[in-house]
Amino acid sequence: MSALGILGRFAAMLVLLLVNGVVLIYMLRKVLGRLHLRIGPNRVGPFGLLQTTNDVIKLLTKEDLRPDSADAWLFNIAPYLIFVPSFMAYIPLVFGPTLAVTNLDTGLLLAFALTSLVPLGVLMAGWSSNSKWSLIGGMRAAGLQIAYEVPLLLSALGPVMMAGSLDPARIVAAQSGVWLGFIPRWFVIPQILAFVVYAIASQAETQQTPFDMSEAESELITGFANEYGGMRFGFMYLAEFSNTFIVSAIGTMLFFGGWQLPWVATPAWLAPFVFIAKTYTGIFVMMWARGSLPRFRVDQMLSFCWKVLIPVSLAWVVVWACVQRLWPVVAMAVSR
Amino acid sequence: MPESVAAVPFIVLAALAVGGAAMVILSRNVVHAAFWLLEVMMAVAGLFMLLSAGFLALVQMMVYAGAVSVLVLFTVMLTLRRREDAERPLDLSWSAGLIALGVFVAVGAAVVSFVPPAVMAPVRTPGVTEFGTQLFTQRALPFEIASVVLLIALVGAVWWAGGEDR
Repeated sequence: MSALGILGRFAAMLVLLLVNGVVLIYMLRKVLGRLHLRIGPNRVGPFGLLQTTNDVIKLLTKEDLRPDSADAWLFNIAPYLIFVPSFMAYIPLVFGPTLAVTNLDTGLLLAFALTSLVPLGVLMAGWSSNSKWSLIGGMRAAGLQIAYEVPLLLSALGPVMMAGSLDPARIVAAQSGVWLGFIPRWFVIPQILAFVVYAIASQAETQQTPFDMSEAESELITGFANEYGGMRFGFMYLAEFSNTFIVSAIGTMLFFGGWQLPWVATPAWLAPFVFIAKTYTGIFVMMWARGSLPRFRVDQMLSFCWKVLIPVSLAWVVVWACVQRLWPVVAMAVSR
Repeated sequence: MPESVAAVPFIVLAALAVGGAAMVILSRNVVHAAFWLLEVMMAVAGLFMLLSAGFLALVQMMVYAGAVSVLVLFTVMLTLRRREDAERPLDLSWSAGLIALGVFVAVGAAVVSFVPPAVMAPVRTPGVTEFGTQLFTQRALPFEIASVVLLIALVGAVWWAGGEDR
């Protein structure tokens, strides 16, 4: 790949990330507004569409403040440590049969490795701000993320076993066609339990309500991002929306057939639109949960993860491995 | 697979790894030291990547940078009673110096007398499939022993933290 090609791909990733950020902020406000029986932004531009644009301008032009007692170096680095992994996580996404940043046979692992770096930036921001609220928020966020990473990874194992690959392109390709003549071969149908675990864990990984005790607004204001303003805060905010997109996109690839339409062959030009539509449907469901459920306590969340989600997902991995191994034997015995 | 790795990225990554390791020891602030440790782990992941060991690089990133570093930071932050305690005083006592010197001599001797094993570079970089097949067929026993050792450590840690009613 030429240097220009690499640069072009990075530019495309960045544009996608920025556009996604602007769209998701508007979508979040409108969806949450509807769920709360409010209207949401409606004054700036038609349907309030320009509200987010104005917010971006505000963030870009705000003064860059740093508390006097903060740890200067760490305080300045932390937003980038949160932003960069989230940006890099676009690399393994597969938008169509030929449309992806690169082909990696360990693409799925790359996505999970990158998301596992997010808690470090959060801890760095929380500690360096030298504020009790920031530190508590940072510790909560990191504790939750490191716990929920385990069921997130384990739940991905079911689809990986079915596809026999860690390459997202091959996982998506394995979901083409139909079962019994009419059921789309989406892994969500046999892997429904894994999908439920994935949905819960990804909601926690992206720190959205009902699992947002890291930035519980009523008690911690904005948690680890408390002391940040201007574009430093903007980077953290963008990373949060970008992470939402990424977990939804990975969920789409693992469980809902990625860029493929059910029943009919997908033309190459339509594939990215199908993928984006599925991803945004996933994001909408996440926002729906966000708007309807009250917040859990942090100890409830942690014990739920370690005592329920992890055992369930481990058991499911064992069960599914046995099913997949024994299926050919049983099928042969039945047909004989 | 090329006979040697690209020089410039190797020098940069090696300098980052060694320099970061020095900073882990030299920085007086334990939290800074923990973040330098993270930097070392990322640089080592980069070195793996340079050797076309993509899978190892990702595992290094996920396990060491993503999990071990977070645990180290957690322990450090939870055990600090006050923020000022993060700054450690410099220990200039004779005993500390002697231990440091002893370790230095031992490690130095090991490095000087080390002869790299003559291994033929493989013609083609093995992918994650070959790696997995190897791990679960020919190397299954060491793999299982490693997992049992980790399990014992886990059970031990839980027992240790169990408190009075264990």
